[in-house]
Amino acid sequence: MTAVAEQTGAWLESFANQRPAAEWLRKVREAGFERFAELGFPTTHDEEWRFTNVARIARTNFQVAQAELTVRVPEGVEEIDPGAAGVDLGRFAAGGNAFAALNTAFLDRVTVLRVPRGAVIEGAIEIGYEVGPDSQAVAGESPAPPSTSPTAVHPRTVILVGANAQCSIVETYKGQGQYFTNAVTEIVAGEGAVVNHYKVQQEDRDAFHVATLAASLGRSANFSTTSISLGGALVRNDVSAVLSEGTEATLNGLYLVNGSQHVDNHTVIDHAKPHGTSHELYKGILDGKASAVFNGRIMVRKDAQKTDSKQTNKNLVLSDEAVIDTKPELQIFADDVRCTHGATIGQLDAEALFYLQSRGIGREDARNLLTYAFAQDIIDRIKIQTLRETLERSLFEKFHERPR
Amino acid sequence: MGTPARPTKEENMSLLEITNLHATVGEREILKGIDLTVGPGEVHAIMGPNGSGKSTLAQVLAGRELYAVTEGSVTYDGKDLLAMPPEDRAREGIFLAFQYPVEIPGVSNQYFLKAALNTMRKHRGLPELDAMDFLDLIRGKIELMEMESSLLNRAVNAGFSGGEKKRNEIFQMAVLEPRLAILDETDSGLDIDALKLVAHGVNSLRSADRSMIVVTHYQRLLDYIVPDFVHVLSDGRIVKSGGKDLALELERNGYAGLGIADEEEAVGKV
Repeated sequence: MTAVAEQTGAWLESFANQRPAAEWLRKVREAGFERFAELGFPTTHDEEWRFTNVARIARTNFQVAQAELTVRVPEGVEEIDPGAAGVDLGRFAAGGNAFAALNTAFLDRVTVLRVPRGAVIEGAIEIGYEVGPDSQAVAGESPAPPSTSPTAVHPRTVILVGANAQCSIVETYKGQGQYFTNAVTEIVAGEGAVVNHYKVQQEDRDAFHVATLAASLGRSANFSTTSISLGGALVRNDVSAVLSEGTEATLNGLYLVNGSQHVDNHTVIDHAKPHGTSHELYKGILDGKASAVFNGRIMVRKDAQKTDSKQTNKNLVLSDEAVIDTKPELQIFADDVRCTHGATIGQLDAEALFYLQSRGIGREDARNLLTYAFAQDIIDRIKIQTLRETLERSLFEKFHERPR
Repeated sequence: MGTPARPTKEENMSLLEITNLHATVGEREILKGIDLTVGPGEVHAIMGPNGSGKSTLAQVLAGRELYAVTEGSVTYDGKDLLAMPPEDRAREGIFLAFQYPVEIPGVSNQYFLKAALNTMRKHRGLPELDAMDFLDLIRGKIELMEMESSLLNRAVNAGFSGGEKKRNEIFQMAVLEPRLAILDETDSGLDIDALKLVAHGVNSLRSADRSMIVVTHYQRLLDYIVPDFVHVLSDGRIVKSGGKDLALELERNGYAGLGIADEEEAVGKV
């Protein structure tokens, strides 16, 4: 417990110095902090964190700040008060996720959007968080000291999608310098809702990024999320989806790491009810001394007969020093289900390289083309054209930085 | 086997000059001293049983790194070919039609070919083509090869039938307009209609400034692509060279007629 106390000590001071809040929010924060103090930061002895060491986050003395928020709310979507009924910001604090508890302890500006029942929203809901040198510190009285002390931001986003409503959501995270983004996003989709969610993480190469996405999906809802991880020094994504009867969920992901970047994707698909379908495709491209983790848990509960679930993780390893740990975790308690999973780790195809070169395409261009092609099917599945184009450009740039 | 009686057109005009070429894969020597001279506009057929080194020769000329050249030289258009990476050989006008064209999921045929053509145009000091100009340029060549234009939008060779892949190779050749085309068993796996189509495509590309090396196991292709010279390869060496009649002789007598073992013994037999 002493280690935990040491780790949480610095946070306690920040916690106590927070900008004052309404009574209800103060209570939520307190419960969050209490839970965080109990849990402490996870260590590599914790099975869920075996390959991701957050000691660097735990040791850094962050100054709590506020990310710059840009929200584009299309017509028909309502921005609602976080204190309103039906929004339970405290529920994440109760679980075993220390980062979600920490996020709850530092709730400040919370974005809550609601898509009314039956509404079909044109254009994407866009939520952007950016941490820059100008990000405001939110410590109580004392203004932000002009120090270079790294900042921590704890963005919280809640999106409530009514029954039979349809919308798409794009979350982006970026910034400059050394900082820590600790985001929690909650999506609740009602019966028959159709939700396409995209998260694009382009944090600074010195930044830490921990993000929790929890999707709670109603009967016959159709939900997809695509997690694109490009930036960050140390990145951890926890994505969970709880399915109801006849729900269809798609979890896609693409991670590109080079240099000394580390990206950890943990996903949980919980087939709680019968006739659910889930598809999961995560692809990774690793170069330099980078490392990545994929851990995909699929739970099929006793009642969840006729579940159809497919999980695939494919990795393209471009250097000798990059490391990938991939692990499927199937927990199946029903007996009439179809669950498949597969993981591959490979290198660029030498024959394909030669084929391209034999047509005059330079070796480096050929490598980039094949690498890009590997990522292509994730990009192709993105239904928002502007996002697809932006990502194509980002990928192109990422392939050309290639530090050796 | 002595110096083959090779009918020459003109001296000092050769496009490709292979001298005493030896190549290995791993510890195994596959090419054991190849000598071959190809002049502009000439079509040379290289025949030989399986394992004689035909495909290795084709791949070594195109620059496949799998093979190590241990001895000898190859001069192409006055330059040291072996010093060039594969992409430079292609830009200088060498084209290999693959025996097994490679599938490249995620890269569209059209994007690939446009990128290839533009690198070559750039190399030749020509302006790059935009999408519209490119489509204009390839339209006639699609018709020549009776290609389904939908193949252009599909990933390179991915899910193509054997015949479609071979047609796609010759289509690429038509677009890239090489000075030296090397066809590596372009006939293998083709039915007679597909063979005729591919041969028609190749013949329409014959010209005074385009040379070809046609590698084949079977004589039948040479009924349609009539070579100027025929060379027989056995155990990494050219053991006999002659005119197109040599192919007919092989058809009659098989490789065994030349004292060459061939496990398939299928030359000219249907």
